Amino acid sequence: MSLLKVTGLGKRFGGLIAVRDLSFSLDPGEILGLIGPNGSGKSTTMGLVMGVIPPDTGSVRLGGTDMTGWAPHRVAKHGVSLMFQHSRPLRRHSVLENIELALLPDSLWNFVPHPRVARRAREIAERVGLEEFVERWPETLPYAHLRRLELAKAIARDPQVLLIDEPFAGLTMAEMREFSALISSLRDERRAVLLVDHNVKGVRALVDRVLAMHVGSKIAEGTPDQVMSDPTVRSVYLGGSLDGGPETADRGAVAGPPLLQVESLRVHYDRAQALDGVDLEVREGELVSVVGLNGAGKTTLFNAVSGFVAHEGFIRWRGESLDGATPGAVARAGIVQCPESRELFGDMTVAENLEMGGYHLSREDYARQHATVLALFPILAERQRQTARTLSGGEQQMLAIGRALMTRPRLLILDEPSMGLAPLVMEHISTAIEALRAEGVTVLLGEQNVSFALRHSDRVYLLEQGRIAWQGAPGAFAEATGERYL
Amino acid sequence: MQWLRSPRLWVAALALVAMVLLPLWVSEYVLGVLTIAYYFGVFAMSWDLLFGYAGEVNFGPTFLIGIGAYVSGMLNIYTSVPMVLCIAAGAVAAVIAGVLLALPALRLRGAYFGLVTLVSVLILQTVIVLFASYTGGEIGFSVPSILSIDSGVNYYYALAFMVVSGMVLLAVARSPMGLILQATGQDPLGAQALGFNVTKHKLAAFCLSALFSGLAGALTIFYLGSVSVNTVVDLAVTVQIIIAAVLGGRRTIVGGALGAIFLIVAAEYLRPIGELSNLVVAAFALIVLLFIPDGFLGLFPRREARS
Repeated sequence: MSLLKVTGLGKRFGGLIAVRDLSFSLDPGEILGLIGPNGSGKSTTMGLVMGVIPPDTGSVRLGGTDMTGWAPHRVAKHGVSLMFQHSRPLRRHSVLENIELALLPDSLWNFVPHPRVARRAREIAERVGLEEFVERWPETLPYAHLRRLELAKAIARDPQVLLIDEPFAGLTMAEMREFSALISSLRDERRAVLLVDHNVKGVRALVDRVLAMHVGSKIAEGTPDQVMSDPTVRSVYLGGSLDGGPETADRGAVAGPPLLQVESLRVHYDRAQALDGVDLEVREGELVSVVGLNGAGKTTLFNAVSGFVAHEGFIRWRGESLDGATPGAVARAGIVQCPESRELFGDMTVAENLEMGGYHLSREDYARQHATVLALFPILAERQRQTARTLSGGEQQMLAIGRALMTRPRLLILDEPSMGLAPLVMEHISTAIEALRAEGVTVLLGEQNVSFALRHSDRVYLLEQGRIAWQGAPGAFAEATGERYL
Repeated sequence: MQWLRSPRLWVAALALVAMVLLPLWVSEYVLGVLTIAYYFGVFAMSWDLLFGYAGEVNFGPTFLIGIGAYVSGMLNIYTSVPMVLCIAAGAVAAVIAGVLLALPALRLRGAYFGLVTLVSVLILQTVIVLFASYTGGEIGFSVPSILSIDSGVNYYYALAFMVVSGMVLLAVARSPMGLILQATGQDPLGAQALGFNVTKHKLAAFCLSALFSGLAGALTIFYLGSVSVNTVVDLAVTVQIIIAAVLGGRRTIVGGALGAIFLIVAAEYLRPIGELSNLVVAAFALIVLLFIPDGFLGLFPRREARS
């Protein structure tokens, strides 16, 4: 009998369906990879299993016990551990104390430290390779070791099921191998592991089975090879064939003078290198796309341009340096980002969200721009008085683009506009992007859906682990990078 | 005996000896000021257990203190219960009132817990004024019993109470329970994923904080010989407690006592300049908050990382 059994799980947030009728099971000693692009419902699924998010429908059973609707601490006590993607250790306590914390009983009478706890904490530290670091402060640890600390805490609960969220993000190849070996050792202890990651590539060697999700639903399940060759999975990740299609005719003629120039851009978060020497150029009137898997650094690149994250290297806007410019100044200069997370004002209506984008325009300009946006997305006109939170995923994306357009940007940065959208909705966004392109709006597009990007681009950059791995015309992409993308 | 080599321990021991010997040198007036400062120190230390460890901003410490003070005071005036039992009853009442307040409030997230505790103070204040015939209203009332008429004895009562309270609170904060509390305060989701019932642990911290706040409130009025809204309930007292705890250093417990002594003594020193003294103290507090947000104790190097 399977250990963890999830049946018909569903969750809705306002107008957005995060998880739809999801079922899967997990046996002791089995590692299941849960993959899907951003917005596909992976994290929500984890939250539903852990009890962090109460499900609307369906059930979660562990070894015959129905845990549906339980509080997270009860689920944890029953034998489920969650390893978070971001480590948040207690900063003023040593590594050992952080592991000891995980070993303490949930009782109010924890006044005297138990020697058994300290001994067990040391054993676990040794097990994950932290024995030399037990007395150190977490903040002095290398990045990869913080992951080990999180794993140590999860193991300390002696769980039957481990939920592991994106364990490899930000790790080097060598660190990934070491960490894989650690996760693999859990299988030998007959623990079941649910491993969440963006793509099959990273988890292929580690997992027994893969479950692929898209827009909240299961689209494939099987061995890694089966899932990787599944046509639905391929179309979700690549969006169909890699040929640019008829629209990739040479549009070099439309390109004007350079608007945005990025040179040897480096960004790091704590000790994780997110961008490592990126060069990129966007000329007036062009649609340039940056493609790459989630975690490759696309959003970081856009955030550096928008002035949200500190960086090394040069960013020039119409020939002038943007060093030290605040996000506000960058936006006023004409670079407007429509972020992947959309960042709508959820409690404001559609009309108010659009107004926020165009507040600085004169009355005539505002009216003209407003009309343009509504012509581009007619559905927004119907939804004027509805709050943004209640819109569906596709409508939210349209509103986010519409709001960005209300600022009349000279360069529009679109970060993953296709994220989490069903194919039909994606077509609406496609049409809108083509319309923008016809009007000569300069666009910098970030996408993990390659064919979506290729269809609309004048030029393409491929970003891999913080570096530009390839650049050129969309027509040449398939031949140059071929099948290695997935 | 590694702890014998801790410089902090030696500083604390020296300070304690100095505080014990102080009555040999200083006037009764100074002792009176310090007595109040010590009780105030317990207010601030209890508050730090919630703010520094459980991660909850309690804007209503004077709700707990006030309940402790008024319940013990009214028992003393209307019944023949001995003073010691009045004090104990005040402390128990503070814990009960604290649980009744915290149970619903802890389910709320973020700033709402703070707002509920803030409102609790206003409600208590209104109730006291509304039932003025029993509570003495805004003026308050005198209590028949008194701890002692000797300022030296009063000083030692306050000192002993502060030291014992501080040691208990510090022991809890440094124990495994303190570790769980900090985890629930800093990362509630992470703590739950480790199997900890966050509400239960926060409630326990709230009870402990209420116990010492209520005790300190009751002792304060039997030292002063009177109880009034201005001394134990008013929001101005809450603000003083928060400033004291933050000045001394968040997540240190001892910092609360340090900050309280500093605030009370400074206000006394500056009394000759009148209303201006409040401004000077407030300006100083602002500078500390802006430039050394970790407070006085934050100036000392913390336990070094061993590598």
